[in-house]
Amino acid sequence: MTVSHASRALLAILARELFRFVQQRGRFFAALVRPLIWLLVFAAGFRASLGLSIIPPYETYITYDVYVVPGLIGMIQLFSGMQNSLSMVYDREMGSMRVLLSTPLPRGFLLIARMFSGTVVSIIQVYAFILLAALFGTPLPWSGLLPLLPVLVLTGMALSALGMFLSSRVKQLENFAGVMNFLIFPMFFLSTALYPLWRIREGSVTLYHLCQYNPFTYVVELIRFTIYGQPNLPALGIVTATLVVFGAAALIGYTPARGGPTAGRAAA
Amino acid sequence: MDAKSGREDTAPEPTADDRAQQPLVVEGLSYAYGNRQALSEVSFSLAPGRVTALLGPNGAGKTTLFSLITGLFDSRRGEIEIAGYKLRNNRSKALSQLGIVFQAQTLDLDLTVDQNLRYFAALRGLSRTAAWERIAILLDRIGLSGHARTKVRNLSGGERRRVEVARALIDRPALLLLDEPSTGLDIATRRWLIEHLHHLAEREGICVFLATHLVDEVAPEDDLIVLDEGAIVARGKVDDVVRSAGAATLDKAFTRLTTKPKEQSP
Repeated sequence: MTVSHASRALLAILARELFRFVQQRGRFFAALVRPLIWLLVFAAGFRASLGLSIIPPYETYITYDVYVVPGLIGMIQLFSGMQNSLSMVYDREMGSMRVLLSTPLPRGFLLIARMFSGTVVSIIQVYAFILLAALFGTPLPWSGLLPLLPVLVLTGMALSALGMFLSSRVKQLENFAGVMNFLIFPMFFLSTALYPLWRIREGSVTLYHLCQYNPFTYVVELIRFTIYGQPNLPALGIVTATLVVFGAAALIGYTPARGGPTAGRAAA
Repeated sequence: MDAKSGREDTAPEPTADDRAQQPLVVEGLSYAYGNRQALSEVSFSLAPGRVTALLGPNGAGKTTLFSLITGLFDSRRGEIEIAGYKLRNNRSKALSQLGIVFQAQTLDLDLTVDQNLRYFAALRGLSRTAAWERIAILLDRIGLSGHARTKVRNLSGGERRRVEVARALIDRPALLLLDEPSTGLDIATRRWLIEHLHHLAEREGICVFLATHLVDEVAPEDDLIVLDEGAIVARGKVDDVVRSAGAATLDKAFTRLTTKPKEQSP
């Protein structure tokens, strides 16, 4: 594989993903409406009833809508990762995954390129959401938005790796609803996306521990700390480890020698 | 470098002559789905500029064999060499010599014909200019020049299949694999397809390997491999296979070769 071949292939995979994204306007609006409902409806209600103490990275009291925005950014990337995963299962059923994986490029490169394309799509959604949040009265510190970019690449890749791992395990498109209900929603709710950990511990110690073991908690915290210009090395480490573990599991899942899903269940 | 093992292939680089003379060599290839043996010790080689039909009933192992040749499956038992490159040790180079038309249609329905072909050309490493030139030639050849900007969704099944053939040829492969490509096509498109494949073999020297279960898709001048229950039961020129099966026609020979004799009652 030469560098020019790899870059052409990466750009082609990225362009295809972006083209699909532009074509599926409903997907774009759904990606924005979902967090906006949380921000404009739920956050407005919680704002009055939920008090937040001063916790890092915040240096003063904040309102609930300010607290929840990093969690909603994580939510966009989580759902985008799942959308990407769903799209891979669809591609597998439609056969275009076979075309991709039978090209003369290393399989690992192709899968990483596919993950990266999904991540880029999720980052576009994130910045569109940040703009809308600012317009609706919840601006983020502008100084944090540029450093946020590489972090979003990392968190997006980690969640895409999780999605790709799931796509290697889910045999049929129809089974994906189950994955959404039993994995994605619990991941979102059992994290610091909506409430800080100390609040969760007040309610239930068990839930608190579940949140502590949920990698999505660290995705949200890494985003939160980066926006406010503070390092969070434990979160960085755990998100990186999540990327490595699920990325490796996905690559193994797509290895034909191990009966990977692209191998499929050939008819004859 | 070998993508799968991360090791450099230490075998000597095949010469242009090797590549031209040996589009596909399969040696002792076996594959099993769990306990079910799908292929058993399959060995054969194909010649350039020839159409070779892989004839077998449903479930014979044709798609499994093609999945192994295209690297979608991996078997530790046996060797596959494409144009002199061993698939196991030199996957990228081996696959770069291969054009594939899968049994199921695999175009992106929401992209235009041109976008589908450019996407694939980029995956094969073609520059933008080279891709444009090649796409124009191929679309002209398959009679779809006027459809470059048509969404694939709006094409007929036959037109989609033509585009898939063009896509498989975009990087000038030494070996063209087609897995039951006439499935769902009307008679006219089937005829066009078979004629086009013979044209490619004769005029461009491409080795065409066509899996089918339809006897009427095999021309008298073709080479033939008959696969049944994962094993090669006959191979050679069509006339030789018919003669050795003691039959009058290929249809009868195929039936005889792939039908198990009924067990005698005690």
